[in-house]
Amino acid sequence: MKEVYLDYSATTPVKKEVAEEMSQYILGHYGNPSSLYKIGSASKEAVDIARAKVAKLINAAPEEIYFTSCGTEADNWAFFGVADAKRKKGNHIITSNIEHHAIIHTGNYMSKRGYDITYVEPDKEGRISPESVEKAITDKTVLISIMMVNNEIGTIEPIKEIAKIAKEHGITSHTDAVQALGNVPIDVKDLGVDLMSLSAHKIYGPKGVGALYIKKGTLISNYMHGGGQEKKKRAGTENLAGIVGFGKAAEIAYDNLEDHIKKVSGLRDYFLKRVTEEIPDVQVNGSMEYRHPGNASVTFKYIEGEAILLLLNEKNIYVSTGSACSSASLVPSHVLMAIGVPAELIHGTIRFTVGDFTTKEDIDYTVDCLKEVVAKLRNISSVDGKKGW
Amino acid sequence: MAMYNDKVMDHFMHPRNVGEIENPDGLGKYGSPVCGDMMQITIKVDDNDVISDAKFQTFGCGSAIASSSVATEMIIGKTVDEALELTNKQIINELGGLPDVKIHCSVLADHAIKSAIYDYAQKNGKTYKGLEGFDPDADEDDHHDVADE
Repeated sequence: MKEVYLDYSATTPVKKEVAEEMSQYILGHYGNPSSLYKIGSASKEAVDIARAKVAKLINAAPEEIYFTSCGTEADNWAFFGVADAKRKKGNHIITSNIEHHAIIHTGNYMSKRGYDITYVEPDKEGRISPESVEKAITDKTVLISIMMVNNEIGTIEPIKEIAKIAKEHGITSHTDAVQALGNVPIDVKDLGVDLMSLSAHKIYGPKGVGALYIKKGTLISNYMHGGGQEKKKRAGTENLAGIVGFGKAAEIAYDNLEDHIKKVSGLRDYFLKRVTEEIPDVQVNGSMEYRHPGNASVTFKYIEGEAILLLLNEKNIYVSTGSACSSASLVPSHVLMAIGVPAELIHGTIRFTVGDFTTKEDIDYTVDCLKEVVAKLRNISSVDGKKGW
Repeated sequence: MAMYNDKVMDHFMHPRNVGEIENPDGLGKYGSPVCGDMMQITIKVDDNDVISDAKFQTFGCGSAIASSSVATEMIIGKTVDEALELTNKQIINELGGLPDVKIHCSVLADHAIKSAIYDYAQKNGKTYKGLEGFDPDADEDDHHDVADE
């Protein structure tokens, strides 16, 4: 049976070129980049080449890229590292209530340990207004962290404006750009942010490797303590193959960014057109103007999302309810709640994300199956348009 | 998907007794769309106090649909008194088990059935031992369990 993967925001398949380059550093080169002899320096060189490629994708200097084990680690480092480095100035952090759990749960943890965290709310489209961020600033604010692209509804946030406000107030700015990387153009010099979290597995690279961009001169304490790797800022032997894979994936993403955005948004728009025209009682969540090119967050009224997911799964179509991280939980999506989607509609929401390997045939197959699945579940449902909720 | 066993998947994929009985002898509704699941059960009761037919409609997840489906199967052909002895544990056992976070689905099905019987009893001026202390509008206290992420 045909298999259709429409969950590229959860993770992406590793591209062949990426895997091939990685395999040389799994089966071949094994030297520790910190070792001084030949096979060590060969590994170090590979790490630095990868660093330059990741840097290029966001227009950073290579020495501003610090590899981590994942995007979550980069987020944790930004929070704990800045809070610690600036603890004499204050204990207040501003973020939003639509962040990834890597930020929200880190904030919740810190708020139980003496930090004051403000979670700014978005508008109905999912946009965080720079004004609301500015209003939340106090003389104790040390960090402003707003995600660049939301993982559930794909909204692109006004990071440049927010970073400008942070700078005017002498506050460090951070953005979780895990969903943005390779999907929207990123220029850290233009954005003006101090810190940016990145991850490889969302851009057709391997799982288990991420990075934190640290603008030269930014005050931040270490988070991982140990050896002197990453210019003594992030301890731990480098994930050599992973970093090489991240570099290759970043290089491909850089070379294909324009085509990728065009192709993916074209398929996403075609999907949304068919779904909204051919299936009654649906709604699309989040801004269409400021949106991740591959994201389609769709609510199917009067039915429940997990049931939709399971029936699509039976047809080898892979999607997620809300964000993948919370699909095993019964808690309604905090992002959809934050933009004011009623709970009964949140339960019927599915996130489809299109990527580089998606074809028009995949979309057609998915829409055809969706029509069948939605009709089947609506036939079972105890609520409908006539009876109401 | 590994989340549910084959029996649950079978009842979810091919639910039995879907629909609404016209002019039912009893109608029970339980749950809330806000919480993510709501069931409606309609029953027909014959002159011998035997449930001759039952149908369900459910807004909810896979296990809510499977629980409703298997529960209707379990009460058809039973007397009202026998049906009132049904527990949510029996529904779970009949399904061969449910994940911990989905136990409340079986509670909803059990409650929806009792609500339908309660409606039947009210309309016909009947009393049943199994309905003593039953409140069709009771809060779903077992409903808001939260899974670890």
